Amino acid sequence: MGVAKYTKNDKDAISEVELHSGIKVKPVYGPADLEAAGFDYAADLGDPGEYPFTRALHPMGYRSRAWTTRQYSGFGTPAETNERFKLLIDHGQNGLNVAFDLPTQMGYDSDDPMSEGEIGRVGMAVDTLADFQTAFKDIDLTKIGSGLTINAVACIMLAMYEALARSQGVDTAKISATPQNDILKEIIGRGAWIFPVRAGVDLTCDVIEYATAQGKLPRCNPVSVCGYHIRESGATPAQEIAFAFGIAFAYVDNVVARGYKPEQVAGRFSFNFNIFGNLWEQVAKFRAARKLWAKLLQERYGIKDKKTLFLRGLFGGGGYGLTKAQPMNNIVRGAYYGLAAALGGAQTTALCSYDEAFTIPTPASALLSLRTLEILMDEIGLRDTVDPLAGSYFIETLTKQMEDKILEEMERVDRWGGMVAAVESGQVQRLVSRQAYEWERDLAEGRRIKVGVNKYVEEDEEPEVELHEYALSSAEAQIKSLNDVRRSRSQKDVTAGLKALEKALKAGENVMPALVQCCLAFATVGEMAGLMRQELGELKEPSIF
Amino acid sequence: MAAASQKNIRILVAKPGLDGHDRGAKVIAHALRDAGFEVIYSGLHQTVEQILSAAMQEAVDVIGLSIMSGAHLPISQKLMAGLKEKGMDDVAVVVGGVIPHRDIPALKDMGVDGVFPGGSALDNIISGVRQAASQRGEA
Repeated sequence: MGVAKYTKNDKDAISEVELHSGIKVKPVYGPADLEAAGFDYAADLGDPGEYPFTRALHPMGYRSRAWTTRQYSGFGTPAETNERFKLLIDHGQNGLNVAFDLPTQMGYDSDDPMSEGEIGRVGMAVDTLADFQTAFKDIDLTKIGSGLTINAVACIMLAMYEALARSQGVDTAKISATPQNDILKEIIGRGAWIFPVRAGVDLTCDVIEYATAQGKLPRCNPVSVCGYHIRESGATPAQEIAFAFGIAFAYVDNVVARGYKPEQVAGRFSFNFNIFGNLWEQVAKFRAARKLWAKLLQERYGIKDKKTLFLRGLFGGGGYGLTKAQPMNNIVRGAYYGLAAALGGAQTTALCSYDEAFTIPTPASALLSLRTLEILMDEIGLRDTVDPLAGSYFIETLTKQMEDKILEEMERVDRWGGMVAAVESGQVQRLVSRQAYEWERDLAEGRRIKVGVNKYVEEDEEPEVELHEYALSSAEAQIKSLNDVRRSRSQKDVTAGLKALEKALKAGENVMPALVQCCLAFATVGEMAGLMRQELGELKEPSIF
Repeated sequence: MAAASQKNIRILVAKPGLDGHDRGAKVIAHALRDAGFEVIYSGLHQTVEQILSAAMQEAVDVIGLSIMSGAHLPISQKLMAGLKEKGMDDVAVVVGGVIPHRDIPALKDMGVDGVFPGGSALDNIISGVRQAASQRGEA
């Protein structure tokens, strides 16, 4: 949950503060601390918009443009999702963050026995292009960008998005989508994986090669590397950044090995980082991460182009910081997490809704999260000046210390032999799950404090939140519409598409062109993913102990 | 299966269905192991049939299901029916995850021995599992 460890005397005075990443905080900071840390304005900060971008990616920060808000949404049938999307856009949201149901994320059709009970439950069900056509009806794909929260079959979903644009006659050079497409973090911490580690990495990198290196979808961000879920699984904030960078390098290296220059590959990477926990630690983390990403890309790959060095991304969420006890407290936590994102210079953000420990957010709670972010931007002054904490003795010292911690954790990744090897052997999974357990022990034994959980606990509380109901009728409607598509499509075109996909898989070629062909022919997600399962096999999880 | 009090309790911590949120399941697996249980972790994406057969092969005293997707009622129902069908009535069942309080009576009615919604204290879970195992063992 991200609270620091405090040592106190019997009068509640704090004698020691240790942040989650292991950095000790002093009671007072002054000029001597900056000197001791070797702080140098030009080298460590630079003006906003200038290398190494510690202060901001753009010279005018939020003055020129407030952050983009992207609440995660989508549920039930594509038609229901379309209504929710339009509601969020009407309320001022300027990007979509699409949730898919588990069968879709796992590559099963809605009528597959594996899908039973899960259709449309945690996101929208997508079987064919017809579902995308319904979900994005009356939404201008050239104006609204879409995050597609899917990983193992991200290639299929981006191909589907391209097919959607083509079927609407929209120029594919103008569409903007960000498939999450980060299979390594999925295996570490989110669990919707299908294929063995290396095959999964190859698919992730097919998307990067196709969209960015080959420039087929130039406005799409082909991957969102998610330190977020690794943190949710038990990593410290420093590990969150270090492991995400390790993953990003694994993807860059994979695509570069296909014959591209690093600057053709890395420029549109985006990241997803978490915001719960100690406020100062999060702010320092974001500032250090922006700086390190630019420095490492320059040192490791010799990249010089300024915009290619930008650490773009969504800093948001905060799910693990929220509690089931006294759920209304989560509304307050969300506001402070949003503040951390803003003080850290987030480009794009979103908040977990206060009821997420219980249920899929209701329209009211999703709207409350959006309003929280709007209050931060429009009411309390976060757009007034760029990087307002810059120059603080404490924040600048801490930013330097976070940078060192992140580099230390990256050395651990090197010792593991890189992130692909570390995930394959299970070393990173074992480390974070052990840390998650130690964290729970700290809470149980009072070494860390969580309000409502182990301090200010209310007895016999039975919190009341409105639950999102799972509608069986939505599942039935989805299966019916899938069957309608199966009856009306050209079987010949489907077969041709699937043959092309099989050929690409067997030859180890990029799967994207064949997937676009399949999607345009209304092949189902299950048909495409089924073929991939057959050719690539499935992951066997390494032991957790 | 022998009375649980005379040997270490064997528990299968299982993640049924497609949901991949396994932090909770892994934390519980670590906690039970540190508390002296013999823990087998199923890994993700298990069908109820796979869980039943692993439970039989490993001769476990307890099955612990971790469910975050909201599908706890149908999945638990299916598991309980499967245990009955296979004559494995001596295996205790506990369920944890995102479980609304209002669903606890329905789970208990199915024969689930313990329900631990998110936020339950580790020590309560450990003692709850121990109690569930010993009650079944004596039954």
